[in-house]
Amino acid sequence: MSDVSFVVNGKRVSGAAEDRTLLVHFLRENLGLTGTHVGCDTSQCGACVVHVDGKAVKSCSMLAVQASGSTVVTIEGLANGADLHPVQAAFKEHHGLQCGFCTPGMIMTATDMIARHPEGLDEATVRTELEGNICRCTGYHNIVKAILAASKTMAKASKGRAKQAA
Amino acid sequence: MGIEGIGARVARKEDKRFITGAGRYVDDMVVPGMKHAAFVRSPHAHAQIKKIDVKKAQGMPGVIGVLTGKELKADGIGNLICGWMIHSKDGSPMKMGAWSPLAVDKVRYVGDAIVIVVAETKGQARDAAEAVEITYKELKTVVDATKALQKGAPQVHAEAEDNLIFDWEIGDAKATDAAIKAAAHVTRMKIVNNRLVPNAMEPRAALGHYDKAEDHYTCWTTSQNPHLARLVMSAFYNVAPENKLRVIAPDVGGGFGSKIYIYPEEIVCLWASKKTGVPVKWVADRTESFLTDAHGRDHVSTVEMAFDKNNKITGFKVDTIANLGAYMSLFSSCVPTYLYATLLSGQYNIPTIHANVRTVYTNTAPVDAYRGAGRPEATYLLERTMEAAARELRVSPAELRRTNFITSFPHQTPVILNYDAGDYAASLDAATKASDYAGFAKRKAAAAKQGKLRGIGMSCYIEACGLAPSSAVGSLGAGVGLWESAEVRVNAVGTIEVLTGSHSHGQGHETTFAQLVNQRFGVPIDSVSIVHGDTDKVQMGMGTYGSRSGAVGMSAISKALDKVEAKAKKIAAHLLEADEGDIVIENGEVKVAGTDKSLPWFQVALAAYTAHNLPAGMEPGLKETAFYDPANFTFPAGCYICEVEIDPETGTTEIVQFVAADDFGNIINPMIVEGQVHGGIAQGIGQALLEGAHYDASGQLLTASYMDYTMPRAGDLPSFKVSTSNTPCPSNPLGIKGCGEAGAIGSPPAVINAITDAIGITDIAMPASPSTVWAAIRAAKKH
Repeated sequence: MSDVSFVVNGKRVSGAAEDRTLLVHFLRENLGLTGTHVGCDTSQCGACVVHVDGKAVKSCSMLAVQASGSTVVTIEGLANGADLHPVQAAFKEHHGLQCGFCTPGMIMTATDMIARHPEGLDEATVRTELEGNICRCTGYHNIVKAILAASKTMAKASKGRAKQAA
Repeated sequence: MGIEGIGARVARKEDKRFITGAGRYVDDMVVPGMKHAAFVRSPHAHAQIKKIDVKKAQGMPGVIGVLTGKELKADGIGNLICGWMIHSKDGSPMKMGAWSPLAVDKVRYVGDAIVIVVAETKGQARDAAEAVEITYKELKTVVDATKALQKGAPQVHAEAEDNLIFDWEIGDAKATDAAIKAAAHVTRMKIVNNRLVPNAMEPRAALGHYDKAEDHYTCWTTSQNPHLARLVMSAFYNVAPENKLRVIAPDVGGGFGSKIYIYPEEIVCLWASKKTGVPVKWVADRTESFLTDAHGRDHVSTVEMAFDKNNKITGFKVDTIANLGAYMSLFSSCVPTYLYATLLSGQYNIPTIHANVRTVYTNTAPVDAYRGAGRPEATYLLERTMEAAARELRVSPAELRRTNFITSFPHQTPVILNYDAGDYAASLDAATKASDYAGFAKRKAAAAKQGKLRGIGMSCYIEACGLAPSSAVGSLGAGVGLWESAEVRVNAVGTIEVLTGSHSHGQGHETTFAQLVNQRFGVPIDSVSIVHGDTDKVQMGMGTYGSRSGAVGMSAISKALDKVEAKAKKIAAHLLEADEGDIVIENGEVKVAGTDKSLPWFQVALAAYTAHNLPAGMEPGLKETAFYDPANFTFPAGCYICEVEIDPETGTTEIVQFVAADDFGNIINPMIVEGQVHGGIAQGIGQALLEGAHYDASGQLLTASYMDYTMPRAGDLPSFKVSTSNTPCPSNPLGIKGCGEAGAIGSPPAVINAITDAIGITDIAMPASPSTVWAAIRAAKKH
């Protein structure tokens, strides 16, 4: 057993975990954050994507002890209180989800993708960068649409903020 | 159409919980005292179990119980069964081999469950499972259905000689042979429909909880039909009487057919909970899902299609061998028979059809319904054959289809079904227009200049949905009726709960069903709650599969709404001192037509519950139940056109355009319907280009992970051009046909027709992976 201590969704949490415990299992079982899902056993499906120190990470590919000392954001911590994150809102508006199982991972991946492309996104880039996230319901059509729409919304908002700052 | 009524593109009510991580799937459930299970599974495809030694496992840290099939049998738990009786053409019943939830003497495929281990943690359960020592005597295996039928092949079940489960036929053999003999042209093909793994993103899971004080069981399970699960576990598997068994299917992460069936794990978890005295949870890992979820397709067929000198089809003869795997899954027998061969007339006037189907045991995972279930296999045969025939006859594939379209309705096919309505030319026209079919030659020439092979392919599909008229399926061997139920509860303040036997696992019922209520009473959809998936809350229902929840499930709701409306009108007429026939309900108001007299909806509801002033003799309350049994199947149909560009140097196929023109009858929410089509097409393209379950000769599944089984990813697919035409279905009150499976049915032949067109060959195996395409291009050059 090892002690694990990190900041999850803005709160400091700590606990003991078996050395072999994956980050995803610690989040789900120790912290009750069940929005992060396990869809495979080979780090292929992306249902477990969370942000660790600001980067999208498959939480099945990291031990809980490795995450100790980090700042983790899960799907539960993405919205600002009652206000949905623009990527969450876009998934709803554009019907980017059906059964909802891959959705948390998709949204966390998309948020990271948009942040890494401040210049904006096109369809080909979105499709390429979704390589690590599998969806069986939507055929990706509306997921791609939602991410492109969110990227635009967020670019506008950040321009607005930049203007205000100037 | 109101802003939330029928036809409105309403964003989904259920989305909020899914996009914020608040969905509740089985693996998210925690019950006090809950422990974890792991199954010991056979590593061999075919072996006798000589000895099971659980001593070492029992002594491992955290272990609570290690239980075997012998103990399960001793407690009277029954074998799994197939619920649809098929008789061979000689009149003999299908040969069903025994399937014990935990194997006792023999294992028949890799993944067959043998022992359950219950421990404090998931990790401890797995560690202990690895410590269970089983001695096997390996037997010879057979994985290929054609080989399994040969004399001397390894025998999977003693009950089925030569592994033949049934040898079934439909249609007129003599007339069809005569038509082929007299034909001006006959197109002959051998067609393989590849084995697929459904791969819902949520792995299967079960949580069994036995409450000793109440002598009552609760099962949380990843099911498309919790009521059916309760019925079958109670009536056939002797888990518990129905009144002592509650089945809950909470949020379910996709099904595609694979979560219709009742699998060994939920039965064993319930039983193990009683044995060990703790709630027992099991969640499949992805490899277990690959090994043990029911697979789909796996047909080998030969076909002969006869044409007269005017290119009219005069007969169609089909011989199919269907691989059902190691055991007969719950609906496995009806998939390659009544869901398959009855669709062999497609959209065409075919005077005579004959199909012979042999189903076969092999040492592979059980095969059952997967999105489309039989209909994709039928469509693939027909539409590959039509394309090949058009090329042989040197006519346009579109025109050959048009020449043979059924144009008057109702239309009785030679294979049972009676098509009620359709306009196939409308879909063909819409698809050819949207794809600029006429401009293809130019695009092909332009691609050729870039060194690319461009091809175009179409597919005109029809399917039978709205499963199904109970007496009809009963006469064909079904063990259950296929009606649906609904209860509409208007609360005293006018808000509404709809309890439905349908189950949503991605289809958006919480929104579309509420839209139907909004259309009737003008109540905002936010004031309408859809309750499903819990046998303690909802009356018996049949669940969601076969694109039935719109056509059948919503029809039941519509029927219950009729009754609520009739009672509400009686109450309003009484309160407003008007004639019942003059009452109308609009926009949340109950009015007397042609006057300014009205009551808000909630006041009528309140009056029903205060019961201070009701018509004489009327019972208080406003709650009605309905069971709807469909009068006929429904017949969604459409035309899909796929355009591909192949790089001859790498064999890589790019789908440059995919057009779908579907006729689904009336549509409740176009956004949701389009989503269903997108997802279906992606699975169809997956079958055609990427996916295939491969066993080696010893019965090991080589494609048992996402590293090996190619799931369609975003980069493999284009955006789709989808449109609908809407010939209302005359067979149900809402005019709905169903849209859940169409994409998966119509798309594989369109893709393969496009690839064979691009390369200039007759056939190519699915999945047409880059290496297969590359080899086909090289082979075509040699000829």
